[in-house]
Amino acid sequence: MDITLIYYLVPAIIMFCCGVYGFITRRNMIAMLISLELMLNAVDINFVVFNRYLYPEATEGMFFTLFAIAIAAAETAIAIAIIINVFRAVKNVDARDIDKMKN
Amino acid sequence: MDYSQFLAMKQEIGLLVVFLLVFLYDTFASARAAGATGWVAVGLFAIFTLFGFCPTVSEPAEAFAGMYSTNAVMATIKNILNVGTLIIMIQAITWAKQDAVAIRRGEFYEMVLLTLFGMYLMISSRHFLLFVIGLETASLPLAAMVAFDKHRYESREAAVKYILTAVFSSAIFLMGLSFVYGLTGSLYFDRIGIAVAEGGLSLMLIVAIAFVMGGIGFKLSLVPFHLWTADVYQGAPTPVTSYLSVISKGAAAMAFLIVLCQVFAAAYADVWEWMLYALIILTITIGNLFAMRQKNMKRFLAFSSISQAGYIMLGIMSCSELGTAALMYYVLVYIFSNLAAFGVIGAIENNTGCVSMEDYNGLYRTNPRLAFTMMLAMFSLAGIPPFAGFFSKFFIFTSAISQGSVAIYVLVLIALINTIISLYYYLLVVKAMYISQEQGPVATFRSSGSERFALWVCVAGILGLGIVSCFYNSLLGIAGV
Repeated sequence: MDITLIYYLVPAIIMFCCGVYGFITRRNMIAMLISLELMLNAVDINFVVFNRYLYPEATEGMFFTLFAIAIAAAETAIAIAIIINVFRAVKNVDARDIDKMKN
Repeated sequence: MDYSQFLAMKQEIGLLVVFLLVFLYDTFASARAAGATGWVAVGLFAIFTLFGFCPTVSEPAEAFAGMYSTNAVMATIKNILNVGTLIIMIQAITWAKQDAVAIRRGEFYEMVLLTLFGMYLMISSRHFLLFVIGLETASLPLAAMVAFDKHRYESREAAVKYILTAVFSSAIFLMGLSFVYGLTGSLYFDRIGIAVAEGGLSLMLIVAIAFVMGGIGFKLSLVPFHLWTADVYQGAPTPVTSYLSVISKGAAAMAFLIVLCQVFAAAYADVWEWMLYALIILTITIGNLFAMRQKNMKRFLAFSSISQAGYIMLGIMSCSELGTAALMYYVLVYIFSNLAAFGVIGAIENNTGCVSMEDYNGLYRTNPRLAFTMMLAMFSLAGIPPFAGFFSKFFIFTSAISQGSVAIYVLVLIALINTIISLYYYLLVVKAMYISQEQGPVATFRSSGSERFALWVCVAGILGLGIVSCFYNSLLGIAGV
């Protein structure tokens, strides 16, 4: 069996949709962050696969992925720091408790 | 490697030098000298802002095999952002003297400079890798800035809302980008442009453009992506709110213009013209309707800034040099008007702690000059004739209409009707300050010298930018009309 482009793209899209679904439905902020990581990793798979199968003469997609991984790590670090800061205030990481602002 | 190509990035390198000097001063200054960190940052940045107006800075240049490029338009929009940032840094000095902030005040100025650096990259990049790095450099430190009042609950809540939605939107944006890469095989703006023109229309291209527009639309808080705006603006410290609402928005608008009109120019009529059309109508209308209901001044200005972003998008609609000039002019005027409003809010908040609209009742009797400045800002934002806001709206409508189709006339008509609706809520603030009789208006206070200086500059901008026509004419010349 030949492993073609589509065998990589479909899991990547499923991963992305799982991430979107998780981000919208989960109420634990850490779980929301994990969902975001799923989305970002799906993007990385897409870039690598497009590069490997469609445009193998250059490595633009691979390099983009390397940078995207670094950026995702930075995003997670800042998000975790901010979530810990919120946790100190409300002793909880449930997004439903973070709604004291409206008016 | 040819290191001389770094010399093409004059403004970026200048900004980095300012950042490093501020960082070194903040780190090594003695406890007594540390109180002047704000003024040191302002002074260095003011010199850098002046340097941006040198003619050599605006010469066209390229670096890194075309990944970075600059020309007169890019240099001008960066100068406009510099002026706005300088005003915000001056306004922030009083806020940074508070005990809770004072020990970390250097960090505030450093992060302002870093995010500005990211915005420079966003504007000047001609390759999506550099663009994404710029976008993230501009938005991640902003999350830390929103959380800057880390002992105040609202600031924390705003920060968590901002970072989660920011990462979500950048994931959507990157997904769209991966589709673009799959379709065209390149991340260079010009090569993608050629490939899109040759490849024609496909479903994947439409999805890709929609995702990319969603990602940048989040930074601009266009309407389907605006839900974070009100909470974040309300919770963030006031200088950060003003930074988010003018500088971040102005840079994102320019980047949006470049991405849409350079990369996806070939798909203009088929794909994104109609997406943008719907976005503009939704943004202006919903921003206006929600602004009427707000009682908190910062929340009110958040919705007002959403609807202003819709007007800025009108400059992209025509995708022409006239539109570029109108967009730059609108951003310039918007910076002065909005910073005047935020300057007054910040001054009142620093001195009395009041931010709700009821506290503004009878402000005229106790603080007539602040009330007058606020009135000028509201008139300019609403677009009442002698002030700059009228001219910026006029030019942006002209640039949209110059395209000439009936649909655009309808769009501009809707925008005009919305201008009239917006008059209602801007005048509500004026009514509260001048007409409402209240038992206890905020006490008379004397705002600090830095706040007054920043407000004077804003008032001069509101009064001068519209009537003195050389500003708009020079922008027209730079855009190449």
